[in-house]
Amino acid sequence: MLTGLGETAKPLAGGQTLIPILKLRMDEPSDLVDIARLPDLHYMDDNDGVIRIGALATHGRIGKSDISKVVPILGDCANGIADAQVRSMGTIGGSVSAADPSCDWPALLHVLNAEIICQGEKGRRAVPIREFIQDSYTTALIGAELVTEIRFKTPPANSGGAYIGFKKAAPAYPAASAGIQLSLAEGSVCQDVSLVLGAAGPRPVTSVEAENYLRGKTLTADRLEQAAEILLDASDPPADSRGSSEFKRAMLKSIFLKAAFRAIERAGGERIEGGPEYV
Amino acid sequence: MSDEAQTVSIEITINGSRYQREVEPRLLLVEFIREEVGLTGTHIGCDTSYCGACTVILDGEPIKSCTLFAVQADGGEVITVEGLEQNDELHPIQQAFSQHHGLQCGFCTPGMLMSSLALLAENPTPSEKEIRKQLGGNLCRCTGYQNIIKAVQDAAKTMQEG
Ligand SMILES: Cc1cc2nc3c(=O)[nH]c(=O)nc-3n(C[C@H](O)[C@H](O)[C@H](O)COP(=O)(O)OP(=O)(O)OC[C@H]3O[C@@H](n4cnc5c(N)ncnc54)[C@H](O)[C@@H]3O)c2cc1C
Ligand code: FES
Ligand code: FES
Repeated sequence: MLTGLGETAKPLAGGQTLIPILKLRMDEPSDLVDIARLPDLHYMDDNDGVIRIGALATHGRIGKSDISKVVPILGDCANGIADAQVRSMGTIGGSVSAADPSCDWPALLHVLNAEIICQGEKGRRAVPIREFIQDSYTTALIGAELVTEIRFKTPPANSGGAYIGFKKAAPAYPAASAGIQLSLAEGSVCQDVSLVLGAAGPRPVTSVEAENYLRGKTLTADRLEQAAEILLDASDPPADSRGSSEFKRAMLKSIFLKAAFRAIERAGGERIEGGPEYV
Repeated sequence: MSDEAQTVSIEITINGSRYQREVEPRLLLVEFIREEVGLTGTHIGCDTSYCGACTVILDGEPIKSCTLFAVQADGGEVITVEGLEQNDELHPIQQAFSQHHGLQCGFCTPGMLMSSLALLAENPTPSEKEIRKQLGGNLCRCTGYQNIIKAVQDAAKTMQEG
């Protein structure tokens, strides 16, 4: 669809990343192709243990969907992005394609080990999110490929997750974020776990070592704190207008632990509200 | 859309009236509303998509009209602040903002009113927390927000009774 339009042609989804950039004249694509009008990419479904979300589903629709009730970490993320107005327009596909290190979806989708479905002239391929996001603002999309779908396994019934962004105000991007999804067996024993820190480096920060440190063990406060330290060692939060690196490390640790305790409660069947924390 | 001089024909319904215009693809919706149609109640308060002064309702959802091209709203239905008043009567949300001093300089007010309208359409009895959350994308330099919250709560009550 984008082929033949020239090298600098770009898809336009919700425009909530692209239009602010164009207004500041930081990019000048020759052509914009309004993909928001493509039919059939707005769906969300949960069938046979797989959740599939069309690339054009907006943050607002995802946050209010039944899927966010089944998988509360999705609601934590979607409802915490920006403000109601940006959530009305911005799409999950646009967020992963932009690969902005401050954007919430790329980090969140690491927790769910999502696959990104990319469609191009040569057909469809599924790219694991950990390979899809290659660097800040850099994805595995080739040429005129589009992201068409995001899919991941429906977490099992004994699983719970939480995602917390730390923000100065609703319309501001998070200064830092942390997410965790875990499943618990009898006696708070961690069966499986997946962790992420967002806005803490050029790409979302994960650590197999920290995950292995928790898997198969009883989740005590001490053990979670140790895991947080291992994960933080892998991070490199940049000093910027949202805070110094030290400040961000302290915040990351605090919101990670808060998210972990929330995830444990949710895995135990508690329905608790989540979402961002404000300064 | 490549040639800057090239225009596109679009039609947008604003407050119930249809407006068909030839526009440049990069024309923002707020420019369409203010300059092409001449409805100047919708304000522009920043260059950074941050303040929410430009909020209008598009197909039932609040959006920042400074962060949307007019072509993206082609075929859509927009409500602006001018669409609130019916038969020369202020909308209950407008009345409540006036009674509770929900505005001082008034710059943020059109956006605040539209976000409040969207909130009450979806959730007729919002808690204070829900109001704060829904209005998080509308900045006000003057009021300190407390009177705005009161106004929205009061408008919710009036609209429930009405
Ligand atoms: C005031 C403000 C506050 C914000 N706060 C946050 C926040 O707190 N957290 C957060 O995560 N985000 C935030 N955002 C960004 C928002 O979430 C964007 O919606 C999102 O990053 C991009 O989605 P979009 O649909 O708007 O994409 P667009 O702006 O349309 O596109 C973004 C980029 O992706 C490309 N693209 C879009 N869709 C596809 C596709 N399907 N396939 C291939 N390429 C594609 C475009 O060509 C472009 O390069 C904020 C934005 C604003 C304006
Ligand atoms: S004018 Fe400030 S957000 Fe639109
Ligand atoms: S009344 Fe002045 S900005 Fe809100």
